[in-house]
Amino acid sequence: MSGFTDVTGIPARLPLENVDTDQLIPARFMSRPRSEGYGPFLLHDMRETEPAARLPEGAEILIAGRNFGCGSSREAAVYALVDFGIRAVLAPSFGDIFASNAVNNGLLPARMSQDALDLLDGPLRVDLAGAVVHHAGGAEPFEIDPVWQTKLLNGWDDIDLTIQHRDDIAAFKTRHHAAHPWART
Amino acid sequence: MSRSLFDKVWAAHVIHAREDGTDLLWVDRHFVHEGSHHAFRKLAARGLPVAEPGLTFGVTDHYAPTRGEPASEDIAGMIRTLSTNAQTHGLQHFAMGDPRQGIVHVIGPEQGLTLPGLVIVCGDSHTSTHGAFGAIAFGIGATDVSHVLATQTIWQKRPKSMRITVDGALGAGVTAKDVALAWISRLGTGGAQGHAIEYAGSAIRGLSMEGRLTLCNMSIEGGGRFGMVAPDEVTLNYVKGRPFAPSDTWEKAAAHWLSLQSDDDAAFDREVTLNAADIAPTVTWGTSPDQAGPITGMVPMDAARDALDYMGLEAGKPLDGIAVDQVFIGSCTNARIEDLRAAAAVLRGRTAKVPGLVSPGSAQIKKQAEDEGLDRIFVQAGLEWVASGCSMCVGMNGDIVAPGKRCASTTNRNFKGRQGPGARTHLMSPAMVAAAAVTGALTDVRPLLEGREA
Ligand code: SF4
Repeated sequence: MSGFTDVTGIPARLPLENVDTDQLIPARFMSRPRSEGYGPFLLHDMRETEPAARLPEGAEILIAGRNFGCGSSREAAVYALVDFGIRAVLAPSFGDIFASNAVNNGLLPARMSQDALDLLDGPLRVDLAGAVVHHAGGAEPFEIDPVWQTKLLNGWDDIDLTIQHRDDIAAFKTRHHAAHPWART
Repeated sequence: MSRSLFDKVWAAHVIHAREDGTDLLWVDRHFVHEGSHHAFRKLAARGLPVAEPGLTFGVTDHYAPTRGEPASEDIAGMIRTLSTNAQTHGLQHFAMGDPRQGIVHVIGPEQGLTLPGLVIVCGDSHTSTHGAFGAIAFGIGATDVSHVLATQTIWQKRPKSMRITVDGALGAGVTAKDVALAWISRLGTGGAQGHAIEYAGSAIRGLSMEGRLTLCNMSIEGGGRFGMVAPDEVTLNYVKGRPFAPSDTWEKAAAHWLSLQSDDDAAFDREVTLNAADIAPTVTWGTSPDQAGPITGMVPMDAARDALDYMGLEAGKPLDGIAVDQVFIGSCTNARIEDLRAAAAVLRGRTAKVPGLVSPGSAQIKKQAEDEGLDRIFVQAGLEWVASGCSMCVGMNGDIVAPGKRCASTTNRNFKGRQGPGARTHLMSPAMVAAAAVTGALTDVRPLLEGREA
C-alpha cells in the first residue's frame, strides 16, 4: 500500500448519526470477490430513501455524523468506501473496528468535533502529516491516533512488520504454552 | 501496582511492546467463518501458510441453511469456499452436518475452546461474547484476520477501561438481555467506544454462563469492542468436562483462572453502576440498539424522526401493544439452551398468533432441546423449528423478514435492513419474544409467567 499524503476536493456530506456498516454495505453483497469492486454497493439500500446517501461521483472526502461505521466488523464497508473513491472520512467519532479496518486499507478516519465540522466550507485539503483540514474559511485540526497516522503516512503493512519479530514470537509461544498448557489444543 | 482482570490477561500475551504504545499480542484461538474468504485470498496472494493451524478453527454459520439445502448457488459457494480453505490449510472445521456445528460464539464455549485468560479473535464483532469467561475476545476485520492467519499475533493499542457494576437482584422475567439493553439505552451506542468493559456486581455474579454470554455479546452494541466477566465457580462448572477443556492440567488451570480478578483497588477510566431492581423487560423501538425502553413505557416524545419513519411508529405510542407480524428466536445472543427454555416456558400450552422461526445456537443445543421436548412446545404453538445458524439475525442464508414487516427478535441489531431490506426489528429477550408470539404484539411477559416456572 502506498503512503497517504494529502487529499483535496469538495467533500460529500452524510450528516446522520450511527451510520452502521450494515448500511455502508448490506450483507447480501459481501460474497463477491474484491476484484469485482465494491463501489457500486456503497450505501446501496440507504440511497433509496435518503437523498444524502447518494454521494456525488468523484468525491474523495466524506463528512459524516457521530459513531460512523458502528456495528458489524465487515471490512467490506471500508472496501465499498475506498472503491467508490473515498480516501478520508471526517466525523465526530467512529466505530472502533471500522476505524482500524479503515487504517488497514489506507482510508483516513479523522475525528473532528461537530462544531469544527460545521465550520468547514468550500473545497478542503486534508493534510495528514499536520493533522489539519484547510478550507475556505481557515484551518481546523483533527484527531488521529499517532500510531495510525504513522502507519497511514508510510503505507505500512503489518505482516511485514510482524515477520521481523519471528524469533520473539517463537520464544513467546514456547514460554506461554509451558506456563499455560491448556492454551494449546 | 494494582491491575484489572483485563490488564492481567493482556500482560500475559504481550510478545513485543512497541515504544508508540502498540503491543504485539499472541492469539490463543482464532475462529474463521465464511466471511473469511477475503482474508484467505490475501494470504494466498502473499503465498503464506496459516502459521498455527492447530489454533485456528473453521465454523460454518453465517450462510448455513436452516431448512435443507442452501438457498442459492452464491450461498452454497460461500460455504464451499470455507471448506476448501479449511482443508487446504489443515484446519479443524465445524462444517455443515458435523454434530458440533453451530454459531461460532455458541460453539466456542460449548466445545471448551473458549477458556478463561485466553486471547480470542474472530472476524466478527460479536466475538466479545467469549469475554464472559474472563478472556480477552474481540472482533477484527479481514486485513487483521489475514495477519492472524499468517502470524498468530495481532498489533493492538490497549483500550481504556470501563466497569459496569450491576448490584441487586433482577426481577422475575428480567434477563441478561434486559441488562444489556438497559445500559446501552442509558449510555448510547457510542457509550463504551474505545473501552474494554468489565461487568461486575452481585447481579452479574448471579447470572448463569448463558446470561453472561448474552451480556458480553451485546458489548459491541454499546460501542465496546471487549466485554468481560471475571471467572468464578460458575465459569469453572461450565468449562469442566468440555471436549477441548483441559483434564490432566485441570487443577492448575482452575487455580490460575480463579486468580484472574481485578484487584480491589484497580482503577477504571470509567465506572457505571446500575441497580438491578430498576431494570424492567426492555424492548427497542428504533433502528439502533440504544433506542430502547421498558415495555411499560412508550416511544419517546423526542424520538428521531428518521427512526420512527422507518419503523412505522409515532412518538408517544405505548410500546406494549405494538402489533408484530412475526417472531425470531435465535442468534449468538439468545439461542442457548437456557434461552430456549425461557421461551418455551411462556409458550407451553399456548398458541402463537403470528408465525415465527426458532433456530437453536448449535446442533448440540438443538439435540438437547429435542431431548427435553422443547421443540414440540414450539411446534405445537405454531412456530417453525429449524437447524442452527446465524439465520434471521443477518439474513445471509436467505432467512429474511419481508419489507415493512415487523419482527420481535432475540438478536442483537435492529439496524435498518439488518434482517432484510425494509425489515422492522424489535430486540428483546427470548421470554419477551415468546410473549409477543402469544399475543401478536409487544407485551410485558411478566403476567404471562404467573404460575409458571420461568
Ligand atoms: S448470529 Fe448474528 S451476530 Fe451472531 S455471529 Fe451470526 S450474524 Fe453475527
